[in-house]
Amino acid sequence: MDSILSLVIWVPILAGVAVLTTGSDKNAVLARWLALAGSLAGLLVAIPLASGFDTTTSAMQFVENTAWIPAFNIHYHLGVDGISMPLILLNSFITVLVVIAGWQVIQDKVAQYMAAFLIMSGLINGVFAALDGILFYVFFEGMLIPLYLIVGVWGGPNRVYAAFKFFLYTLAGSLLMLVSMIYLYFQSGGSFDIQTWHTTTLGMSAQTLMFFAFLLAFGVKVPMWPVHTWLPDAHVEAPTGGSVVLAAITLKVGAYGFLRFILPILPDASHELAWFVIALSLIAVAYIGLVALVQADMKKLIAYSSIAHMGFVTLGFFMFNPLGLEGGLVQMISHGFVSAALFLCIGVMYDRLHSRQIKDYGGLVNRMPVFAALFMLFAMANAGLPATSGFVGEFMVIMSATQVNFWFAFVAATTLILGAGYTLWMYKRVVFGQITNPHVEELTDINAREILLLGVLAVCVLGMGLYPKPFTDVMHVSVVDLLAHVAQSKLP
Amino acid sequence: MDMQMLYLIVPLAPLLGAIVAGFFGKLIGRTLSHVVTIAGVAVSLAASVLVFQDVLAGHTYNGTVYTWMVLGDLRFEVGFLIDSLTTMMMLVVTFVSLMVHIYTIGYMHDDPGYQRFFSYISLFTFSMLMLVMSNNFLQLFFGWEAVGLVSYLLIGFWYTKETAIYANLKAFMVNRVGDFGFILGIGLVLAHFGSLDYATVFARAPELANETITIWFDTPWMLMSVIGILLFIGAMGKSAQFPLHVWLPDSMEGPTPISALIHAATMVTAGIFMVARMSPLYELSDTALSFIMVIGAITALFMGFLGIVQNDIKRVVAYSTLSQLGYMTVALGASAYSVAVFHLMTHAFFKALLFLAAGSVIIAMHHNQDIRYMGGLKKYMPITWITSLIGSLALIGTPFLSGFYSKESIIEAVKLSHLPVADIAYWAVLAGVFVTAFYSFRMYFLVFHGKERFHNAHHHGDDSHGQDEHGDAHSHGAGTPHETPWVVTGPLLALALPSLAIGYMTIEPMLFGDFFGNAIYVADRHPVMVELNQHFHGAMAMGLHAITTLPFWLTAAGVGLSAYFYLKRPDIPAAIQQRFSFIHSMLVNKYWFDELYSWLFAGGARLLGGGLWRGGDQAVIDGTINGTARLVERVARLLRAFQSGYIYHYAFAMLIGVFALVTWFARLN
Repeated sequence: MDSILSLVIWVPILAGVAVLTTGSDKNAVLARWLALAGSLAGLLVAIPLASGFDTTTSAMQFVENTAWIPAFNIHYHLGVDGISMPLILLNSFITVLVVIAGWQVIQDKVAQYMAAFLIMSGLINGVFAALDGILFYVFFEGMLIPLYLIVGVWGGPNRVYAAFKFFLYTLAGSLLMLVSMIYLYFQSGGSFDIQTWHTTTLGMSAQTLMFFAFLLAFGVKVPMWPVHTWLPDAHVEAPTGGSVVLAAITLKVGAYGFLRFILPILPDASHELAWFVIALSLIAVAYIGLVALVQADMKKLIAYSSIAHMGFVTLGFFMFNPLGLEGGLVQMISHGFVSAALFLCIGVMYDRLHSRQIKDYGGLVNRMPVFAALFMLFAMANAGLPATSGFVGEFMVIMSATQVNFWFAFVAATTLILGAGYTLWMYKRVVFGQITNPHVEELTDINAREILLLGVLAVCVLGMGLYPKPFTDVMHVSVVDLLAHVAQSKLP
Repeated sequence: MDMQMLYLIVPLAPLLGAIVAGFFGKLIGRTLSHVVTIAGVAVSLAASVLVFQDVLAGHTYNGTVYTWMVLGDLRFEVGFLIDSLTTMMMLVVTFVSLMVHIYTIGYMHDDPGYQRFFSYISLFTFSMLMLVMSNNFLQLFFGWEAVGLVSYLLIGFWYTKETAIYANLKAFMVNRVGDFGFILGIGLVLAHFGSLDYATVFARAPELANETITIWFDTPWMLMSVIGILLFIGAMGKSAQFPLHVWLPDSMEGPTPISALIHAATMVTAGIFMVARMSPLYELSDTALSFIMVIGAITALFMGFLGIVQNDIKRVVAYSTLSQLGYMTVALGASAYSVAVFHLMTHAFFKALLFLAAGSVIIAMHHNQDIRYMGGLKKYMPITWITSLIGSLALIGTPFLSGFYSKESIIEAVKLSHLPVADIAYWAVLAGVFVTAFYSFRMYFLVFHGKERFHNAHHHGDDSHGQDEHGDAHSHGAGTPHETPWVVTGPLLALALPSLAIGYMTIEPMLFGDFFGNAIYVADRHPVMVELNQHFHGAMAMGLHAITTLPFWLTAAGVGLSAYFYLKRPDIPAAIQQRFSFIHSMLVNKYWFDELYSWLFAGGARLLGGGLWRGGDQAVIDGTINGTARLVERVARLLRAFQSGYIYHYAFAMLIGVFALVTWFARLN
């Protein structure tokens, strides 16, 4: 079948629309089951991408290309390579988890909630699959709308501030990106084709300007220091499902932009300004690591931890070697699993105690041993313990950084100390110890649905940690090709 | 059976036991849980013995189990390197582990976390085996961190105990500081050798012997020194060397069986093993070796001093462990790797014995660990007493016992070393001999001899750190202490045998024979072992000769002095304590390292984090952004005034405009 990517995009979106038609909360049960079916269908149609993927070529696969707006030469052009394919699978997979996670917790506007996630899932798949600049832009901006609604409607007390901050931050960046795309359209002789842009000759000043435009657009999403402050606010206000998607998927959209746009389209500026991105990434690792240490709110803590972990992604990209770039990609996937799991863990606790404050907990293990064990696994993965997925990416990036500059590795490796520090200190205060809060005394351990969610993620985290080869096998050829591309100057 | 199969069985049997006891422990119950895990470790031991025999027959192995990841030419693999060094470690690990497993049946008898405990110690055994059997740096790091994880889980085993969960976090963090150096060392290895495979790296090492790198401005550094020191920083964390030693005494918060297994016999020796394994790299850098020797000497002597003032039975043994690890490290620095590993082995037996014996005493004392409230236990606990005596005698280096051969060899090796720091190190290890004898027998006399003071124990609010407070159903009545059950004393006896004889039996092949063969490499310019061999005329002669050596008399003096102090004149140590109160408080406070670290690092990091958060994120970044938003709002409010929607406003503005224009035109004309 040659329209798999279309299915991957439109099945969740149509499922979302179908869920919407169930209307009010009277039909909540139907909405839930429909959403589950839709998300599972979305995952199912994505599986052929992996099973039918050819790991020996860097060319785009599962390509679809039809004219969309012929007047401007805009195409409905889809395709995936080893970089985008794993991200689509991750997204489709996380969507299923998010639907299950919201099963009991969301009782208000159920259909709309589920629909928002399904539609967003399809749009995000579109971002990863789009090979046309404008198509990419439409998906890239479109996915913000459901996310904005998720935070703004189902969020916490300060949700409007958070939603606005998030929306404005991301919008500011994207507008500059649109300008850059239009410039590229003219420079490339009237094409919005991203792969054509990869070979378009560009002068140094144009590259530099566009570098900063794209950097702002994608850097906000990643998020990179210093445009990261929307993320902790958004996480704190977002419902659990929103946080999961935000951390696991939307951050990856930003990082993906680096690989699809910045590096291949602007190779000279990328080399010239690599120091800048490296500096920001290292600040993210060390500075944000320290900031995470002092957070009193668990969600904020994990949000900051996400920023620090994404610092590894951008750091790895700008090492310009396969180890670093694939390390960054592996880190993206792994962070998808680990951050999703940690936000689900916080959700589990929040659903019971309605607090995210560390000080309200303590001694959880006495009442919730199964949860404590799973939470421990994810905490360790977050701290980058070997045999969990969290180790693989960090290890690869640190290894590649040592090849480039010892001090890059030195700063990056502080995550071994800081990551363990903020994660395990939180774990200690929340899970270990005597019960001090009488409400904790009444807690019940996780139910079958929660065990299923966390158990599936535990398998992913351990599986990827023990055997990351399948992941890097998929990525390697595309990454090598990308690096070859980046090594070539595009100056006229 | 296929040998590769056998290699796999060694680590996987304990892993299987851990999985069964961990996931199905509640289902299958206590007895079956310990049967399964003990069976797993027993199988592992049996397989290790077979592998050992195979290696003795001259068969080594270096191969891949599976490929973890491939990036072009770069392969990361999980694989085994089976040679004499590996098999010796395998035997030590599985044997001590088996003893500890059996012992645990008795020690953890009343603990609600019984199955969990067995699962953890089996998981530990698996991790440790993966570490020692590794044929590459990646898997070494895997095992390295995995044993750290299990250590973390086990120190915090009694998770409601505040001191325990503080200690386990501290242990993990300090180890991570070591790992920070370790991973950078591994990074440099990969960057310069292009491989993480031991064989490849060792083969290429001589080519890179004179390679320099610039790290700091333009100063060239010897690559091998940088790698060596960075890797050793990892060892300093794991093997608790000064100044990363602070976690080990606190790790005594964990149950005693794991103190024996993890924090005495096996995990803490991982650093020693690692350096011995990397001997082809370390031999290329005298700088790294000197660094190692200095660190080891400081640890050996100064941690020994701390043992003198401890009153918690486990902490005395813990400081003794620190000091002995220092001895091993000094030996590494002297290029006497085989001696270090030899001491590692003898120490594993007698220190595990001492810990388990301490645990036996703790059971009899109803989990009171303060030696001031013991005394005279000799007649109540004959097996514990005699095995403790054997362990202590072995530790202090009594001729013909195992510790004698290894420690004496270390001292001699340091004496023969040509490193410039060897002189100082020699005096440190020599002084350490006296200190070791003194604190060991101080504890021994206070526990087993003298007046019975345990009847007073419950009336005194002793400093309760380290008290095992698990839900024990022991009666806390002040009845007479009695010997512990056979599951406890059995392992004591089984460990007492090697503590007595293993040194005598193995010194010749291990140090001077070709047991280690190619597993350990010593450069010709470090002829310590060759010179040591010239002085060696057999184990018997060495034991007989001891009486003419300084260490022997230092040992005797240490024992004699402690007997005089603690049996005859207990008023003297009390008076000394009064007289030199500063020194005493310095020792009791462990040179204030805990306070310093907690203030400087834990406090400093929080202060910095808080400052960056409030100052950087909130004030500057959010301040700018919200400020921009407010600015836009103000400008908008201003502009809004012009669009009020009232006709008369517009009309008025228009009039003014017309007036202004007319005036302007009028002026122009």
